[in-house]
Amino acid sequence: MALIEVKNLKKTYNHEALPLEVLKGLTFDIKEGEFVAITGPSGSGKSTLLHILGFLDPQTSGTCQFNGKGMQDYTEDEIAHIRNKEMGFVFQAFNLLPRTSVYDNVKLPLIYSDRPEKEWHDLIMKAIKAVGLEHRLEHESSQLSGGEKQRVAIARALVNDAKVIFADEPTGNLDSKSGATIMATLQELNQKFGYTIVLITHETYTAEHAQRIINIIDGQIKSDRKVRKRHDANHGFHK
Amino acid sequence: MKIIPQLKIAAGALRTHKSRSALTILGIVIGIMSIIIVMAISQGTENLILGQIQGFGARTISVEPGRMPEGLADMYEIYTESLKDREVEAIKNKNNVRGNNLVAPMVGFMDTVSRGNEKMRTMINGASELWMDVLGVYPSEGRMFTDDEARQISYTVVIGDEVKNQLFGDSDALGQKIRIKGKNFTVIGILPPVGTKMMMDVDKLLVVPYSTAQKILLGISHYHAIIVEAETEDMVPLIAQDIKNTLRDLHNISSPDKDDFHVGTMEEAMAIIGSVTSALSALLISIAAISLIVGGVGIMNIMLVSVTERTREIGLRKAIGATRGDIMTQFVFESIILTIIGGIIGISGGAAFSYLIGWGIKRFGGFVSWEFYFPISAVFLGLGVAATVGLIFGLYPANQAAKKSPIEALRYE
Repeated sequence: MALIEVKNLKKTYNHEALPLEVLKGLTFDIKEGEFVAITGPSGSGKSTLLHILGFLDPQTSGTCQFNGKGMQDYTEDEIAHIRNKEMGFVFQAFNLLPRTSVYDNVKLPLIYSDRPEKEWHDLIMKAIKAVGLEHRLEHESSQLSGGEKQRVAIARALVNDAKVIFADEPTGNLDSKSGATIMATLQELNQKFGYTIVLITHETYTAEHAQRIINIIDGQIKSDRKVRKRHDANHGFHK
Repeated sequence: MKIIPQLKIAAGALRTHKSRSALTILGIVIGIMSIIIVMAISQGTENLILGQIQGFGARTISVEPGRMPEGLADMYEIYTESLKDREVEAIKNKNNVRGNNLVAPMVGFMDTVSRGNEKMRTMINGASELWMDVLGVYPSEGRMFTDDEARQISYTVVIGDEVKNQLFGDSDALGQKIRIKGKNFTVIGILPPVGTKMMMDVDKLLVVPYSTAQKILLGISHYHAIIVEAETEDMVPLIAQDIKNTLRDLHNISSPDKDDFHVGTMEEAMAIIGSVTSALSALLISIAAISLIVGGVGIMNIMLVSVTERTREIGLRKAIGATRGDIMTQFVFESIILTIIGGIIGISGGAAFSYLIGWGIKRFGGFVSWEFYFPISAVFLGLGVAATVGLIFGLYPANQAAKKSPIEALRYE
């Protein structure tokens, strides 16, 4: 069974009297352990799709199921619990808490989890080590470089042992070198630790770090293809 | 949801905006401090006034000229010359007023007294031996004049502690002469330092026999008051009524509205003063409460600004698993922490200021019997009020934060 199943998914925003159909009937699924990039130009609806996949926003029609159940099958608090336990989010703007240490930023999802507090320290350290920031534990987010900030955000997404990481333009605010490090980290998480990763990007070379690329244009799937030479993409990144 | 981590988050958020938090706290500090000061001072005042009257004795009944003053217009009534020897004798008469009571007339006036070149203007009481029992003040040196001396013209005087110090310094005063209205009086007793009693500064007082004060010093035939010490406390209301009936008969008064005297008991006086001070306290506390509400609105305002400013943070927290309840709790905790810190500072500041004000009243106001009053209930009241203000005024901004959609919050610029 697929981890995420999307069938005839539509999303329409009602801006005053003018309805705007952003997603026009998408159908696809994502299996556990896959690294999928969703690409498309600005305004194509890829971020809207990620929000629906991550149970942050409901669809207008069609279905979007995670582990066999849709957003409508849960209460608001249960949805929050699923986001906390099963999903991790990485945003383009990092969204770290200001004037808060790396350690405390990574700890944040655990505060809302049902994990006993005595387990927290090990989980936090494991997540921080996975992104290679153990030497920056007590540094505040403002003292970090862009790449480091995004690695903290990834550690935060990992800390509660999520099944899937949704990354929305994670390299969008980074220089190419930092971007490459972030993509390498995500690849490692996928290959070494088996995390399912859904990446949103408009950059083709970033998308090619994934195993599969779904290209969306004007709210519809234009293509859905496997990436053959993933390591070539790495070289392309440094071009 | 875990309470301690949530508290830590709230405290951390407040630490992040130190000056804003401090200014918000200031509003609460002022509110709580006002309430504490008002409580402490009004209770201290009530205790002081009641203490002054209680010193007068529960068995004491005072008869004074003029009808019971009900306003400023009635104040001239005290100059009515309705209480004379005839009235004193009528009250002493057991056929008129029941019980074996002690009855003593009194006069009081301000004048300048001197010894050699030393002069001081002060209060002089014309009284009898009963004066000591009524005020509960007895000479520490020498003696009080007897009732016989008080009835006859006798040039003896008992002086307060400060009068002794001012006129005699360190030298012995007993048996020495002082001059009042050109007449020489022999000092036969010195009172200990006791401060204010019955609103009179006893330390600056001179007590002479009432007959001497009335006939020689003032040249009048009436008294300023007749003090009656009832046989028992239980009989006080009955005796007071007997006195009223006796004086009305004597003065041919048919209606109490036309009374040319008034009779006061301690119980009545304490009830009146108690109700006046309670009303005053209620008024002052309501004024202080308004400042607390202003502080609360300040908290609400700051919290609303904070919610707007931290919209993206709220979005992030919701995205990573915070429920509405979690967000609500965090913001309510923030406002409660602010108000409780404000409450603690306000209570301490209020206690310190109340102590200082009390010290000033004691030191400069002459009320040596003033006692610093700071009830433990004020601490609980202060903290309770602060936390309630935080909760009430924090709920609205917290709810605004909690109901934000995570996507809209994350997109907020």
